[in-house]
Amino acid sequence: MATEGLVRTGLRAGNGAIDAFARRHRFHPLEALPWAAAIAAFALFPSYLPLCSQVLATILFALSADLVLGYAGIVTLGHAAFFGTGAYIAGILAANGWGEPLTGLLAGALAAGLVGFLSGLVVLRTTGLTLLMQTLVVATLLHEAANKASSITGGDDGLQGMEVWPIFGWFRFDLFGRTAYFYCLAVLFLCWLMARQIVHSPFGRSLTGIRENVRRMHAIGAPVARRRLVIYTISAVLAGISGALIAQTTQFASLSFLSLERSGTVLIMLIIGGVGRLYGAFIGVPLYMIAQDRFSEIDPVYWYFWIGLLMVVVVVFARGGVLGLFERFWRWTR
Amino acid sequence: MVLYLVSVGLSVTMGLMGFVNLAHGVFAMLGGYVVTSLMTRYGVPFSLALLCAALVTALGSVVVERLLYRPLYGGDELDQVLLTMGLIFMSLAAVTYFWGPSPQPMRPPRWLSGEVDLGFRSFPAFRSFLILCGAALVTLLWLGLERTRFGARVRASVDNLRMAQSVGINTSRLFMLTFALGSGLAGLGGGLGADLLSINPSYALDNLVYFLIVVAVGGLGSIRGPFVAALLIGIADTGFKYLLPELGAFFIYALTMAMLLWRPRGLFGRA
Amino acid sequence: MDEVNTPALETGGLQKSFGALTVANAIDFRLERGARHALIGPNGAGKTTFVELVTGALRPNAGQIRLDGADVTQLAQAARVKRGLVRTFQITALFRRLSILENVTLAICERQGIAGDLVRPAGHHRAAVEEAHALLQRLGLEEEALRPVNMLAYGRQRLVEIAIALALSPKVLLLDEPAAGVPSGESGRIIEVIERLPQNIAVLIIEHDMDLVFRVAQRITVLVQGSVLVEGLPEEIARDPEVRRVYLGERAPA
Repeated sequence: MATEGLVRTGLRAGNGAIDAFARRHRFHPLEALPWAAAIAAFALFPSYLPLCSQVLATILFALSADLVLGYAGIVTLGHAAFFGTGAYIAGILAANGWGEPLTGLLAGALAAGLVGFLSGLVVLRTTGLTLLMQTLVVATLLHEAANKASSITGGDDGLQGMEVWPIFGWFRFDLFGRTAYFYCLAVLFLCWLMARQIVHSPFGRSLTGIRENVRRMHAIGAPVARRRLVIYTISAVLAGISGALIAQTTQFASLSFLSLERSGTVLIMLIIGGVGRLYGAFIGVPLYMIAQDRFSEIDPVYWYFWIGLLMVVVVVFARGGVLGLFERFWRWTR
Repeated sequence: MVLYLVSVGLSVTMGLMGFVNLAHGVFAMLGGYVVTSLMTRYGVPFSLALLCAALVTALGSVVVERLLYRPLYGGDELDQVLLTMGLIFMSLAAVTYFWGPSPQPMRPPRWLSGEVDLGFRSFPAFRSFLILCGAALVTLLWLGLERTRFGARVRASVDNLRMAQSVGINTSRLFMLTFALGSGLAGLGGGLGADLLSINPSYALDNLVYFLIVVAVGGLGSIRGPFVAALLIGIADTGFKYLLPELGAFFIYALTMAMLLWRPRGLFGRA
Repeated sequence: MDEVNTPALETGGLQKSFGALTVANAIDFRLERGARHALIGPNGAGKTTFVELVTGALRPNAGQIRLDGADVTQLAQAARVKRGLVRTFQITALFRRLSILENVTLAICERQGIAGDLVRPAGHHRAAVEEAHALLQRLGLEEEALRPVNMLAYGRQRLVEIAIALALSPKVLLLDEPAAGVPSGESGRIIEVIERLPQNIAVLIIEHDMDLVFRVAQRITVLVQGSVLVEGLPEEIARDPEVRRVYLGERAPA
């Protein structure tokens, strides 16, 4: 390398750039916003808590999809496979005598992670359409399996008779959904911290590299396949947790948890918020779910039409979703 | 076999344009609706109804292609997936609005109902007709692709797009025509198979997996691939349902995964 | 084996065909330690294919590739990079939406083996960032450290390509047309950088720009239609009638 002196003077001048670069992971005050909003929602909408809990759990689902889609660039139509696995495992445990929520959650997470790891080994060898196909096939396989094993899973009718015990033996799941809400909020918070940590780590940065230019990543010696498998498995674990949350808080699980529609919907929610920006899930999910809640009272068929139209519009005009629009606006006003 | 009829268009357009068109099923569905409506409401004969279906879907597809698909060629895969899924949703709602949510009744024409006795076994006439159509289509398409100038241009573009452009082939018009052909075929297939794959609003969504499987296993951009894949799937499906009825469709999916692992480009796929 | 005489890179009988088209025809090639070697040939001769085969992006049908005496023919591209075999791309292959500091830091993190770190924030690995910055300084790019690549002039982007390659501490550096498409005003910088490359790196340059080739190269190999036509000192190549006929035309170089 160049002489030490030269390096040191250079460092002083470039310190600004290096500092800016090194500080990217620090917490920004705006990041407290979603959590403040969540607490506010508890106070402001006490009669909508069950819906809000579902929103929180679905945010986690969308967040897990963002890791795989937005950061690693893996387009999947079968993410519901992990969601459904987590839901069913936690649900089956609760329906068969073991209703302890935290261990049920853990079991769902591990099961989903296993499915993610095994399917990832197979699926991630391919790219493009074949990859898309494989993810869809995995989810459909699990859907069929759950359908056939109806003695355990309840088949078409769904899994019923779940009994979830109080958290830590103390906090019972009440009818108003208060416990459920804080349960979901706490789990989401912890998982979000984890996801955030990963995104800002060297591993997470290398994922961005994989998404931007795979050829280049190979050419700098990155073990691309291994990295993709790791993030795919982590994402599966998070998706499984979100599924288990839904199952435990609604005391229900059904085949639709494993459906193409569920996988497609999470993509839509993410796109609306903005992919690859960590917070897209926080914006897209509430928007979608609240809108759907309103619309389905009016006419469920029209819902499909408007959502379809929205997707087309977003793709053609606003590819970065809501966050992307913010970014554009921000740059434009500078 | 219906799967083949609908999917062959998808195989060619995806192989040619590299565009993930999940909404292909929408054209098949549209064809099905045209055929069933014409036949039941206006008493139009079967063959004529089929022709109308093919024409209508072909024309409709041109509009869609010019307006929506064209700006996304060569772009981000996610965008294409989302756009076409959005189209599926919109079509689902639109169709429910015009035709209602229940499946459309389909009665095959009299000259095709009943059975055909070949001496050693009798086969249901309509199914045999479908298989004949499939075989005829494969041959026609293959001949068209191999023997005509249009076919040669299509093949060249599938193999190497930039080369084809530099040689002077108007790829944008080629895309449009091929897409129209593929979608028209889908409409035809939807109409022909209206008895087997019931025509209802969620047609495109329900059958998406099957279309994609046939295309992915058969190989993008090939004519024979989806034919073989559809045959394989049909045989495997009946075979497994006969031998192991409890496992049902499970095996099809496992088989698909295995096949895609073994041949990621499909059986007859090209680059 | 004699340490000093082991070539930095060697291929024996390297063969690659796509159906009836042979793009590499039993290529035997030696790159000595610390060499400045150029690979030239008409368009379509298979020069970039050769680079792809050597780096592992393409699998050969036959032949061996030896890096510093060790057989690497079965190794994946990433593994070869870890052993010091680095390339740049003819058509810029950078992380376009990321800043150039980020581009180079990614490479350094891979080299240092910290890129698999899931837990600590990237900013904590300050040494890596500082090294990246120092490298940018050496190449005169530090002013634009935080700008995204796609906002840089093309000549600067080509420099970033080289920066990334250097960040990997290469022992063998394959430069695929480093000055390609760069306006003549900016190519001077690139030539300067190439000339100042450390002596212990063995460098193979693929180029069409004959000025650059004759300025930098100590040996030249001429590749035509996948086969080695001739190899030798620059003066010999310039005088060789076969080469003149196939590639240089009848003019002598400047």
